[in-house]
Amino acid sequence: MTKSELIDLISVKMPDLSKKDVAIAVNTVFDSMTEALVKQDRIEIRGFGSFRVKHRKSRDGRNPKTGEPVKVPNKRIPFFTVGKELRDKLNHGKLNGA
Amino acid sequence: MTNEAERQNTRTMTKADLVETVYEKVGLSKKESADLVELLFETLKDMLANQGKVKLSGFGNFLVREKKSRPGRNPQTGAAIEIAARRVLSFKPSQVLKATLNGESAPAEE
Repeated sequence: MTKSELIDLISVKMPDLSKKDVAIAVNTVFDSMTEALVKQDRIEIRGFGSFRVKHRKSRDGRNPKTGEPVKVPNKRIPFFTVGKELRDKLNHGKLNGA
Repeated sequence: MTNEAERQNTRTMTKADLVETVYEKVGLSKKESADLVELLFETLKDMLANQGKVKLSGFGNFLVREKKSRPGRNPQTGAAIEIAARRVLSFKPSQVLKATLNGESAPAEE
């Protein structure tokens, strides 16, 4: 499923809203989550999961093509942990090929 | 640069915060905002359970992966146990999200 399909599915269930408003609202949700992570805040959506930002220290690396040493800078990486309800839901369905 | 001082202000965003933001920025009613945020995550959960994959451009992709059963040990007692086959959910952040977190200009949406 893509974001536009998500918007369609929500629109069908909320017929009083225009599709445009649903699209703006869905984008607002993900933009707002991005802003929280930029501020290093955690995000916890009960039943779905949580997001947090981890830090990677800078390290010495190499350009794999040329073998030239390069400095890999500090990085912030978002991590997601699945919530209990969703984890259970994924495991109670039928196990068909991935 | 990225150390304790920076982490001290960490707070947790919840669904209630997202509802408030939708209410303020989009101009839906409180109830519509709450219903929409609830429906958004319910739909994501259903789709992950049914299709195993959700792609949110500009944010990231969620992918359900099948793990085979494998032998393990109870780390407290050392007893050998079988870790059952299960499904796990992985999140791969988009290039845009990774760049934004690191204060780089976002690349074009993938």
